[in-house]
Order: sequence, then C-alpha cells, then structure tokens
Amino acid sequence: MASNQQVKLLGVKGSPFVARAEIALKLKGVQYEFIHESLSNKSDLLLKNNPVHKKVPVLLHNDKPVCESLVIVEYIDEAWTGSTILPSDPYHRAQARFWSKFVDDKVFPAVFKAATNPNEKEREQGGEELRESLKILENELKGKFFNGDSIGLVDIAALFIAFWLPIIQEAVGLDLYNSEKYPKLDKWGQEIMNHHVVKEVLPDRDPLLAFFKGRFRSNTPSK
Amino acid sequence: MANEVVLLGYWPSQYGMRARIAVEEKGIPYEYKEEDAWNYDRSPLLLEMNPVHKKTPVLIHNGKPICESLIVIEYIDEVWNHKSPLLPSDPYDRAQARFWADFVHRKVYGAAKRIWTTKGEEREGGKKEFIECMKLLEQQLGEKPYFGGDNLGFVDVAFVPFYSWFQVYEKFGKFNMEAECPNIIAWAKRCLKKESVAKTLPDQHKVYDLAIWIRKKLGVE
Repeated sequence: MASNQQVKLLGVKGSPFVARAEIALKLKGVQYEFIHESLSNKSDLLLKNNPVHKKVPVLLHNDKPVCESLVIVEYIDEAWTGSTILPSDPYHRAQARFWSKFVDDKVFPAVFKAATNPNEKEREQGGEELRESLKILENELKGKFFNGDSIGLVDIAALFIAFWLPIIQEAVGLDLYNSEKYPKLDKWGQEIMNHHVVKEVLPDRDPLLAFFKGRFRSNTPSK
Repeated sequence: MANEVVLLGYWPSQYGMRARIAVEEKGIPYEYKEEDAWNYDRSPLLLEMNPVHKKTPVLIHNGKPICESLIVIEYIDEVWNHKSPLLPSDPYDRAQARFWADFVHRKVYGAAKRIWTTKGEEREGGKKEFIECMKLLEQQLGEKPYFGGDNLGFVDVAFVPFYSWFQVYEKFGKFNMEAECPNIIAWAKRCLKKESVAKTLPDQHKVYDLAIWIRKKLGVE
C-alpha cells in the first residue's frame, strides 16, 4: 500500500496543531514529506489547498487536501491501518472527541487570553478560565494517558499543555500550570513527552521560547 | 436489549436541532425533554449529564450522556448504522464532511451571531462574513441536491437548523438571503420536505420574536 502513495504535510515546526498531524502519521508508520511553510509568506501550494482558512497543517494524500488538525488526525486513523488513535467503541469515541474539542475550545483560548490580552482584567479572567479547564482535565485523567495505556486522540490534542504551555508561561511570566497544582497532568506530561514518537516530533525548546518572548512580551503582565 | 434514548434540547437552538434531526432520520424512538436555556437553574438531569458545559443538546443513551451536537450526530451514525447513513463511508469524503461541518459550526455561527447581537461596524462585519460563508457553502453544494449527495448528510444536518434563523439575520442585517444565495434557500426548502427536518425546525417568526426578546435582555439596542 505504501509505495504508490504520496503523503505531504504542509506545516511549521513550532505549531502544536501541525505536531498533532505528524504524531498521527508516525504512529501509523506513514512515510511523508514535511513541507515547511512560511506563515508570513504563504505558498501557492498552501493557498490552493486550504483556500478557506489558509492555515497549517494541511495533509496532502495523493494531492488531495485534508485540513483542520483534528480532522486530519481522524482521517489518518481511518485511512491507514496500524495502532489505533481513536477507540473502536462508539461511546468511547464520542468521549475522545469531546475531550479533544474541550482542549481546543477551552484551553487554547484561555491560555492566549491570559498571556496576551492587553487588558489586565481580561488576562486575569483568562487565567481563571485556564485554571478551571485544567482542573477539569486533571479530574478526567484516570490512567497513564487519557486514552489508557497508550496515547490516543485526546493525548495528542492535549500535548499543547505538556510542551507549549510551560514555554508560553516562561515567556510571559505566568505560573498558572505547575506540578504542584496539577500533579496528575504533570506526570502525564512527562510520560507523553517521553513517548518515542512524540519525542521525534517536538520542536526545540529554546527557539520556541525566544519566539513566544518576541511575540507576547509587549503584553506581559507581571505575575 | 432495551434501547433507551433521551434527548435534552432547547427549541430554538441550532445545536439541539441537529441532534433531533439525526435521531429522527434514523427512526430512533426517543423521549425529548425541553430545557430552557434562559432559566439559570439548570435541571438536575442536565447538570448530571453535562457537568462540564451545562448545555444542551445532550443525548442520553441507556443512561450514558453524549454531549456536543456534532459529536452526537457522529455517535448516532455509528451506533444506528443500519439505515440513513449520515457520514460517507470513504475516509477522504468523511474528512471533507467533517471539515465543512466544522466550518458551519465555527465560522457561520460566529458571523451570524454578530449580525443579531451587535450593531454598527461589528454587525456589518458579521453580515459580510456570513454572506461570504454562504457563497462558499453554495460552491461546496454545487449541483448536488444535498451536501451529502442524494440524501441528507452530516453537513446538511449541521447547517439546515440555521434556516430557522434566516429571518432574524435578514431583518437585523438588512439583506435578503434569496437574493444573496438562492441555491442555499433552494437547498433548505428541499431539506424541509424531509420529515425529520420539518418536524424539528421551529417557525422563523417564532425564532424572530425570541431574538427580539433576547436582544432586549442583553441590552442590545
């Protein structure tokens, strides 16, 4: 099956959304070409294949595009055999989708509000929203991973919390997420970042820290 | 095995309508319970079944809750997979269906909301974005009778509830849907011939009256 398939991933190395797609491809053992995009100078290939949102990641499978990170992950899970990313039982699949959506709808916006909103009250509110969301996830985590003994959709979606959130916090001087307040999440974070596939995909920390400092610094609150 | 299905919904909510159309399409016997979103005392059942968001719709299948409208549709499609498939079987087509349902869910909803809950420049911005979304969806529909092809599919179910709100958008946005996107109107009327949709969508006037009441409550004038 692999030899006549052409798989390309349009992305940028620092993006948590692109990382989701890469992890899914590697979990399935799919060979792919990573095409580096410049977000300030988007390529014709990107604009042609994601005309609606003009964003990365975009998966090109035999030149046919799939867009939106969680849609891409589900597609990869369905198009290739191998280790499963979503559970097989419909109820557990619904739960996996629910919690990945929770990360996107609640965690991401709260982090960016807390870290970057120019209004101090808004930043505080973002912090509150983040604390609430993290508490809910902390309670939800029952095993080694959200998916049980192996990583699944929710783990891949929530990787942002383990890797990117601490870097953003350091960049802007926040300490909303730490091992003391969220011991289970912290332990999960260590486990997932040590996963052999995830390790291959995670970008270098220092350039990312410098990037966030540069982008967010002008809005930083003091603690 | 007894299959007990309860659906918690709120009559003007597009999200709730999606779930209801899906159960109706599948011919699943179910009990519908109305939850008033403006009553801040949520029912104990809703709080127990959706403690995270405290919102409808919630599908309760043999006592187990499924929340978030698009997730509910996929669940229904996977469990009751013997008739009226809502998602295609091919993975690529499924990805496209999920992409466009997500587009309707985030982009269309957001733009539409600005039309009737804001004023001035923000409203104009919402209207412009909404019409752009409609044109993109018209393109996506093309010559097909439904987004799902010959029958109602995931995107149809995700999008058609908005039809009950079109009068709200037209009146507050001061534009005409038929003039801007005639194929969307034609598609919606085609969907309304389906019993599942006709039974679920509330009357546009009723929704418009509610919108006026909500605006007053939110202090938008």
